[in-house]
Amino acid sequence: MTTLPSSTQKKLGLVIDLDTCVGCHACVISCKGWNTENYGAPLSDQEAYGANPSGTFLNRVHSYEVQPLATSDKVQPAAQLFHFPKSCLHCEDAPCVTVCPTGASYKRVEDGIVLVNESDCIGCGLCAWACPYGAREMDAKEGVMKKCTLCVDRIYNDNLPEEDRQPACVRTCPAGARHFGDFADPDSAVSRLTAERGGVDLMPEQGTKPVNKYLPPRPKDQLDSAEHIDILAPYLEPVADTPKGFIGWLDKALEKI
Amino acid sequence: MLHKQPDLDLSPHVSDEVRKTTCYMCACRCGINVHMKGGKVAYIEGNRDHPVNKGVLCAKGSAGIMQHNAPSRLRAPLKRVGPRGSGEFEEISWDEALEMAVGWLAPLRAEAPEKLAFFTGRDQSQSFTSFWAQNFGTPNYAAHGGFCSVNMAAAGIYTMGGAFWEFGQPDWDHTKLFMLFGVAEDHDSNPIKMGLGKIKARGARVIGVNPIRSGYNAIADDWVGITPGTDGLFILSLVHVLMKAGKIDLDYLARYTNAPVLVNSDPKSPEHGLLMRDSDGKPLVIDRNTGKLAAFDTPGVRPDLHATHRAAGITHRPVMHLMAERYLDEQYAPEAVAGRCGIPASRIRAIASEIARVAFDEAIELDREWTDFRGETHKTMTGRPVSFHAMRGISAHSNGFQTCRALHVLQILLGTVEVPGGFRFKPPYPKPVSAHPKPHCKVTPGKPLDGPHLGYVSGPDDLCLKDDGSPARIDKAYTWDNPMSAHGLMHMVISNAHAGDPYKIDTLFMYMANMSWNSSMNTGGVMEMLTDTDENGDYVIPRIIYSDAYSSEMVAYADLILPDTTYLERHDCISLLDRPICEADAAADAIRWPVVEPNRDVRGFQSVLCDLGARLNLPGFTTADGGQKYADYADYITNHERKPGIGPLAGWRMGENGLTDGRGSPNEAQLDAYIENGGFFASHIPENAAYYKPWNTAYQEWAVGMGLFDSPQSYIFDLYAEPLRRFQLAAEGHGTRQPPDHLRERIKTTLDPLPIWYAPFEDAHVDPVEFPIHALTQRPMAMYHSWGSQNAWLRQLHGHNPLYLPTKLFNAHGFVDGDWAQVTSAHGSITVPVAHMAALNENTVWTWNAIGKRKGAWALDTDAPEATKGFLLNHLIHELLPPKGDGLRWANSDPVTGQAAWFDLRVKLQKVPPPDQSHPVLEPITSPVGTGPDTLAWKVGT
Repeated sequence: MTTLPSSTQKKLGLVIDLDTCVGCHACVISCKGWNTENYGAPLSDQEAYGANPSGTFLNRVHSYEVQPLATSDKVQPAAQLFHFPKSCLHCEDAPCVTVCPTGASYKRVEDGIVLVNESDCIGCGLCAWACPYGAREMDAKEGVMKKCTLCVDRIYNDNLPEEDRQPACVRTCPAGARHFGDFADPDSAVSRLTAERGGVDLMPEQGTKPVNKYLPPRPKDQLDSAEHIDILAPYLEPVADTPKGFIGWLDKALEKI
Repeated sequence: MLHKQPDLDLSPHVSDEVRKTTCYMCACRCGINVHMKGGKVAYIEGNRDHPVNKGVLCAKGSAGIMQHNAPSRLRAPLKRVGPRGSGEFEEISWDEALEMAVGWLAPLRAEAPEKLAFFTGRDQSQSFTSFWAQNFGTPNYAAHGGFCSVNMAAAGIYTMGGAFWEFGQPDWDHTKLFMLFGVAEDHDSNPIKMGLGKIKARGARVIGVNPIRSGYNAIADDWVGITPGTDGLFILSLVHVLMKAGKIDLDYLARYTNAPVLVNSDPKSPEHGLLMRDSDGKPLVIDRNTGKLAAFDTPGVRPDLHATHRAAGITHRPVMHLMAERYLDEQYAPEAVAGRCGIPASRIRAIASEIARVAFDEAIELDREWTDFRGETHKTMTGRPVSFHAMRGISAHSNGFQTCRALHVLQILLGTVEVPGGFRFKPPYPKPVSAHPKPHCKVTPGKPLDGPHLGYVSGPDDLCLKDDGSPARIDKAYTWDNPMSAHGLMHMVISNAHAGDPYKIDTLFMYMANMSWNSSMNTGGVMEMLTDTDENGDYVIPRIIYSDAYSSEMVAYADLILPDTTYLERHDCISLLDRPICEADAAADAIRWPVVEPNRDVRGFQSVLCDLGARLNLPGFTTADGGQKYADYADYITNHERKPGIGPLAGWRMGENGLTDGRGSPNEAQLDAYIENGGFFASHIPENAAYYKPWNTAYQEWAVGMGLFDSPQSYIFDLYAEPLRRFQLAAEGHGTRQPPDHLRERIKTTLDPLPIWYAPFEDAHVDPVEFPIHALTQRPMAMYHSWGSQNAWLRQLHGHNPLYLPTKLFNAHGFVDGDWAQVTSAHGSITVPVAHMAALNENTVWTWNAIGKRKGAWALDTDAPEATKGFLLNHLIHELLPPKGDGLRWANSDPVTGQAAWFDLRVKLQKVPPPDQSHPVLEPITSPVGTGPDTLAWKVGT
């Protein structure tokens, strides 16, 4: 069993905006591309052109439908669909690390990133069982555990321009729904965004203290609520009821411009 | 174990070199950085400097490495050796392939050029392919717009001189209310997502109007789950409510639109409904200063929306009067439309009032002085920050043209086009209808066609009819059936060629068009037409040449295959002459270039056309001494001039004093300059020219300087579209060119010069009680047509396409997940897996488009889920509507443009025991490339 560091200097992670994520999977494939070519073994695919294609992904997007309950105001509220990207949350109390029998899983002291040292990984899979988020994937070809590295090979990489030193998923996100930064710094952009938008932990009851945060979706389908309609009704006060009346109004209105 | 950290190399080698080119994983044309290692493609990311995507990249773009290396790539030219449709081929040399093509085409050109039908699908080189077809001399050329979104394009151009998508965009930086109608999630892929992100970041409201709440609609603040085909009715109801409340921009309407232009209002006049014009042909208005007639563009004129004019016994009324009469009618009241639209009247009013509030209470002023085309200087730029966007969802209906027009009329009434916070054109738009070419169809054996094939008609005189009144084109574009078919009708080519109606052809030549599968209505019927033989045993369509990079379903149906390269192996230009990559603030174009050389015996299709053009002695492709004029497409891109000084690319041309942009001579180093600049060129529009472009003298001067126009082209928006009225007049019996009698009533009804709504045609041909359910497809963000699901990474995201059913239907039929349904239309029946989706219009079912694959295609295993459980709705949709007893077969198309009415489809459902695979089951085709490997672990570096 492996020890976690007592504290980390930074808490690097992601804040993901569920109000903005359109579920396009750009982050999923950008991650697949970068991490197939870079850190550790490539992310392999089995039956790539066959009946049951299945491959290793460090980041996946799931979609959930929500059917709001009827209220007196809304008898038949419309169902809603949410897209939920999920990758390793780089937990402060990462159960995937403490469960590791070889020390291959570890949390970095400098920045809190949780990684797998593939040369020490025996592919036992305990960490994947321990992770309550299902964020680790065993590579079927290599037999080692793969997980989000927060692009540790990008974020400090002197061979990349400064502006590109961020995870591939953040750099590529077309809707700007993913943000990367240091949650240990209360003034960082990600800390402020989380505070402003009421960012939340995923499954806090698990006690893992995830570093990654999620910004909740804003309330939907409010435009025809009773409150809005009261405000908006005066905007539709008729100027005329007939074409003739309208043409008369036109003449008067034109005098004013 | 104690905590231990290995030493990590935090700065690993990223790549040997970054080559910057243009993505082609969809039609979005983003800039990409292709990271190379050891001469191989290692990683693809977005180009931060690029005007389209500014660094971001979608799933398709990032999966380009799998597309480029796909096992389905064709490897060499192929000659059919088995029967058509079998997929049996033998590889031949390029010389043999090209000589075979010349042997077929040269006699046609000499005797009857129209016997070649050359149609391109998802082609991004239409200005080039059309130039080739024009040189060949056939009138039978078009690309895929007719089955895509021509309603959107044509309605935009006929109403406001430009359209959505790549020709315009919402003002993402200033808009406060954004309303999105029916957009495929892969269209304008990254810009829309980036724009939504910007809007969301500042908390502005997004309203999504779509029967399906997925993707963009999932994040909309308010979702309007409209009944398919009723968008026009909903929009006209918004118009009704806003006009009635006086919430329209009268100043804008008077200055910049034809609302004040006078219309002949005497029903007995042969010019009834035409605009009053002066001797120069300029539309006339009443000047509010003088009360007298004046040309609309007279300096100092204050066009009057109210006054009428009587001359020679005829009353002329401003367009605004006609609009008041039309749209204040109670037939457009929210209560009158709510049931048909599936939107409560209170909700329609709430949306209308929010539009009014934002447009008029939250108007913005930009501190930018500008001068209009009448010479008046304005201290600021006023903006009404309501913006709209729409695409195929509203246009792929038989009422699509009028629906798209209705949306543009709504935008214009609010004064939100070309203003801050509204909708903005991208160069070369805005461009008036009059600045577009007209269609040409005059054939002379051995000579080029008399002009460009496609264009914008202004009345019956411009139709493509032969002297005997029969259609000049094989697709019957620009005929009374669909007079304003600006993009042709690719979806009718095969059925017309098979029927020999209006005439027989000899060779069908197609590029990137999967007509025997997802790009055709009536897929099964098309396969039969392609393989049908006459009484002599000869194929009814005698010869088929096809070019594609991949082993698509269509390959099996061709006699000769010209294998194309992947997008990373080719030259391309994304040109201002065609569909450029401009932004509202910049003119921009781009190239592709071979960042890797092909490792197969394949050639870029456009380079092949340069070669074939020379072998056929086409004048545009041959030098004075008979040699090949353009060695390849790169040579054409560099050296072709459409007119003196104007070529395919606008950047780094050669001026009198060195390099210049826009107008200039060819520059041999031009492509190198593009590569050096990251694969694109952009020229920014000055700040004082950035809005009010159709009327802004600073913009007009800039556009002339860029070579977009030869002279300023200011114009006013056509709320009232006079070209439509000219067709109505003909249908009423006026003029010498007359429609056939059976079309008169339809033309009178549907070619209305002011937007109208009518029920989709299928509703009148199919019993809505028997077929009560609307059936739609949409494309996922991570897939582009059929290309996506051969991609090893993307097919793991979208390898299955169940038919999604709303809660009401799912429960009513007693379905549970895993069940199958037989889905039946008036035309056909399919049996498919179903799934429940709650966030869906309660009378609509849908599936992802083109996930289904034919066994043997795309190098997939024959037991791939795409080939066993995947399916196409295309089997349910016919290119003709069912007979209705009048002895005629009416096209399943828009009566104005001929756009394929995919989304008019009505079906019924029945629960059936699960079969072992989707129906219809088609025989496998022999794969000319085998199947892909089992395991992938794609790392090119060490």
